[in-house]
Amino acid sequence: MFAKRRVAVVGAGLTLFRRNLKETGRELAFEASKMALDSAGLTRKDIDCVTLGTAPDAFDGIHMKGENLSDGAGAYRKPYTRVFVGGGTGVFAPNAGWWHVASGLFDTCLVVAEEKMSSCFPHPQYAFTTIFDPIMSRPIGMNLVWIFAIEMHRYMHVHGIKKEQIALVSVKNKGNAMDHPCAQLPAKITVEDVLNSETLVHPVQRLDISPTSDGAAALVLASEKVAKEITDDPVWIDGVGWGIDSTYWTNRDLYYPKYVECAARMAYKMAGIKNPPKEIDVAEPYDPFDYKELHHMEGLLLCKKGEAPKLTEEGVTQRDGDLPINPSGGLLGVGNPIAAAGLMKVCEIFWQLRGEAGKRQVPGDPRTGVAQAWGDLMQYGSVIVLRS
Amino acid sequence: MSAKIKKYAGERIKTADLRAGKVPVVRWRPKVRYAWSTGIAMSRFLKELKNGKIIARKCHKCNRIVVPPRMYCEMCFRPTDEWVYVKDSGIINTYSISYLAADATRTDKPTVVAVIEIDGASKGIGIVHIIGEAKPKDVTFGMKVKAVWKPPKERTGAITDIKYFKPVEV
Ligand SMILES: [Zn+2]
Repeated sequence: MFAKRRVAVVGAGLTLFRRNLKETGRELAFEASKMALDSAGLTRKDIDCVTLGTAPDAFDGIHMKGENLSDGAGAYRKPYTRVFVGGGTGVFAPNAGWWHVASGLFDTCLVVAEEKMSSCFPHPQYAFTTIFDPIMSRPIGMNLVWIFAIEMHRYMHVHGIKKEQIALVSVKNKGNAMDHPCAQLPAKITVEDVLNSETLVHPVQRLDISPTSDGAAALVLASEKVAKEITDDPVWIDGVGWGIDSTYWTNRDLYYPKYVECAARMAYKMAGIKNPPKEIDVAEPYDPFDYKELHHMEGLLLCKKGEAPKLTEEGVTQRDGDLPINPSGGLLGVGNPIAAAGLMKVCEIFWQLRGEAGKRQVPGDPRTGVAQAWGDLMQYGSVIVLRS
Repeated sequence: MSAKIKKYAGERIKTADLRAGKVPVVRWRPKVRYAWSTGIAMSRFLKELKNGKIIARKCHKCNRIVVPPRMYCEMCFRPTDEWVYVKDSGIINTYSISYLAADATRTDKPTVVAVIEIDGASKGIGIVHIIGEAKPKDVTFGMKVKAVWKPPKERTGAITDIKYFKPVEV
């Protein structure tokens, strides 16, 4: 059932991630796209099609952001598609780019992701209230942090996980981000700092959460034939997966992200991965909150259910550990311009597998990496497996 | 590449400059409003709330009793079969304690928000609501709770006809 044409990543681009960037979304999309093309040694002329990912329109206050961003994303008079699966968009966009090329329809695809959250006042969280069901949820004053705190608490309760264990993720990722040139919140912090930070919605505290950000990221994808002509160092997309769980989230047990498992199984099957912890050298699971890194490691089958906190305590997930997790610094450290943050993770795996991650490089010549994002109403998983 | 690139695009605006009007911005405020029809299933559900009752739908194929009710079973993908009254009590499946309003401003008093598995519905089937008449520190997983309704005359056919759920003394 899988397409015969192999697809490679041949270039990547990224802007700074910051609160309040002066550039418009279109300008950010251009900067990331141009960097990705330059790094692949290509120009817009060489690009057959463009896939754009950007998250809820309400942040930008521009409905149909796809058309708004198209010129900056290099789409002028080209086949162009915007994809949108909430927070899962950043990893789903390259999945969509993959099938454009794997299908044989196109030889090259520019994948662009952009987000500008700082245009929304009084706070982008308020725009998020419009995602909730108007009958059951909005009348009781639902906000986004409520539902994540509810999920985090359930996860902690079922496995008997302590907040100290979860805080280690924030410490690690903000620390890793010290080496990322685009990072918004790199910091040397301690578990005590996290535990002493303001409680927003118990058990979620200030330092458990990623910031609101502006930024963009881009990738250039190419068919095997084109990739071999332009680079000695292609990184192959060997597996893609995506899937959704029920929107009736109060009817699901939130302790485990089954939707991530579904997406991961699809991607691993395609990539021929049978033993994920052994076969995957580096991973970038989605970490808008520190507990989500642990939750998603389990959904990605990188460890048993409830085992991720223990691996974190043992140092296994450090950059020099046996299974480095979020060597980029993740959303907690680099920042969280939603769709761009997901694609930043794919950029990171690309650089890691090329040995070009600089100070962030994980040791041991990693050959297989996975990136994952999470979205819609705590129900969507998107996964990509890359190999060098 | 990451290691080869010397400069990344992006010029940060200082929040103070933004507030002081030193940065050119254009502003806009949406003025749209919405009125949603509540649909086949939820119209009945809301009408029953007005009567002080919670109603669910049952699927005869998977035998699940689900609330919020829906006219189709998303698992069996067929119409659900019958209306079933469930109780206005349940147990806390999970909860959080909020100090955050919807616009991200801070609240003085904490609000306890919980997923409540409803008695009479299938296992694991819950709704989200507020917990009242309990100190946040006394709320626990598995705690039995019961709906506290608005007086009949004040009910409007909304989820807020249930003011909150309160712990049941055992
Ligand atoms: Zn059914």
